[in-house]
Amino acid sequence: MKLTFPLIGGLLVAGLISTVAISQNSIDPGHAKAIDARQSHMRLNSFNLGLLGGMAKGEIDYNADAATAAAENLVALSRMDESRYWLPGTDMETLGKEQTEALAKIWADDSEIGERMKTMTETSAAMAAAAGGGIESLRGAMGPLGKACGGCHEDYRTSDD
Amino acid sequence: MAKFLRYLIILAVFGALVFWYLTRPQQAGSALFEGLQGAPERGENVFWAGGCASCHAAPGAKEDARLVLAGGYRMISPFGTFVAPNISPSAEGLAGWNVQDLANALLHGTSPEGRHYYPAFPYGTYQHMEAQDIVDLKAFMDTLPPSDVANTPHEVGFPFTVTRGIGLWKLLNLSPDWVLEDADTPELARGRYLVEALGHCAECHTPRDMTGGLDHSQWMTGAPNPSGKGRIPGISPDKLDWSATDIAYYLETGLTPDYDSAGGQMVSVIANMGHLSKEDRSAIATYLKALP
Repeated sequence: MKLTFPLIGGLLVAGLISTVAISQNSIDPGHAKAIDARQSHMRLNSFNLGLLGGMAKGEIDYNADAATAAAENLVALSRMDESRYWLPGTDMETLGKEQTEALAKIWADDSEIGERMKTMTETSAAMAAAAGGGIESLRGAMGPLGKACGGCHEDYRTSDD
Repeated sequence: MAKFLRYLIILAVFGALVFWYLTRPQQAGSALFEGLQGAPERGENVFWAGGCASCHAAPGAKEDARLVLAGGYRMISPFGTFVAPNISPSAEGLAGWNVQDLANALLHGTSPEGRHYYPAFPYGTYQHMEAQDIVDLKAFMDTLPPSDVANTPHEVGFPFTVTRGIGLWKLLNLSPDWVLEDADTPELARGRYLVEALGHCAECHTPRDMTGGLDHSQWMTGAPNPSGKGRIPGISPDKLDWSATDIAYYLETGLTPDYDSAGGQMVSVIANMGHLSKEDRSAIATYLKALP
């Protein structure tokens, strides 16, 4: 009987914690899938960039065919229709930073996201043309490509820095 | 009693005079520039290394538009919001300035009218600049396109409106010494100059004390973002384990070792760093790796 009080108290606290936990995770499953898909897309970008960057830095031996293939993957990725990843309402302001770092201004009327994406396609295509032409040629195309990534992340992704 | 009162008054007047003297805006000696010729092409390098465009280009300007120094960037701080002025060669900007005026501003934070600038302008860094670099920078800035955008006043409240107080701030916070005392290779010395005299990395990456001065004991260890949102990461070796190659490569392309990209304000910094030579970017990386 002596235990009843702590027991009830403990159950209450546990209930409270799990309620909070559940409500934090209560995101629309369609939204969760869209966010998951676009983050996967970003990881594919990063994976292909990683090969090109590794060669540029001298950490991976230069191979013209592998470099060209990675660059062509980036071109293909940048040309994909991403409209179903980027659903309105799947922004950080609505869902919180744990879910996404994408800022709501991506969807604003004056958003320049479309133009910035075009830059991504252009710089990727320039890399695809340059990557097979020797390591210096690859290195030269790396700067603009890196800046194209930053071109979106500067304004459309939340940042601590 | 009257005698004591008189003594007190004399002491107070004397104290006020000493304060007035010590907090007066300082100027650079004109002998500093004797015989020096400015070369715009060298000055361009100083311009990018100094990060001038990050605040003085119009917000959102990209590529060549970053050479139009119209101002307008809003720097939010606990002391108020500072708005970067027009520093293009126009009547709204620096038309009519000579090298001496630019040197007074960079080395002492003093305007041509003999007033203190707010330290939002990082003269705590630029005070270490070499005279030749100032002459070259002036030559380069004179070649830039003029902009007639009018200056916007800073939004600061009392007591920070009393600019004489900035003289006191300078006394407390400006030190002519390097933070990294030993730089025994030319590359490390160059890196130190690029970071501590031009790049002003510490202005964001080092925490500040109560007066808003940089805490040298926590150099580059990261700081709260003055805008109130988030934290600016530490870049000292204990906080950032990237190799020197990784750091130099990040400064060139904005790509991290994980092949994520820079975001936020670092994008603009990298747009500046991309104009430097490979050797200069490596020197910055060497400096960061040499920090305690």
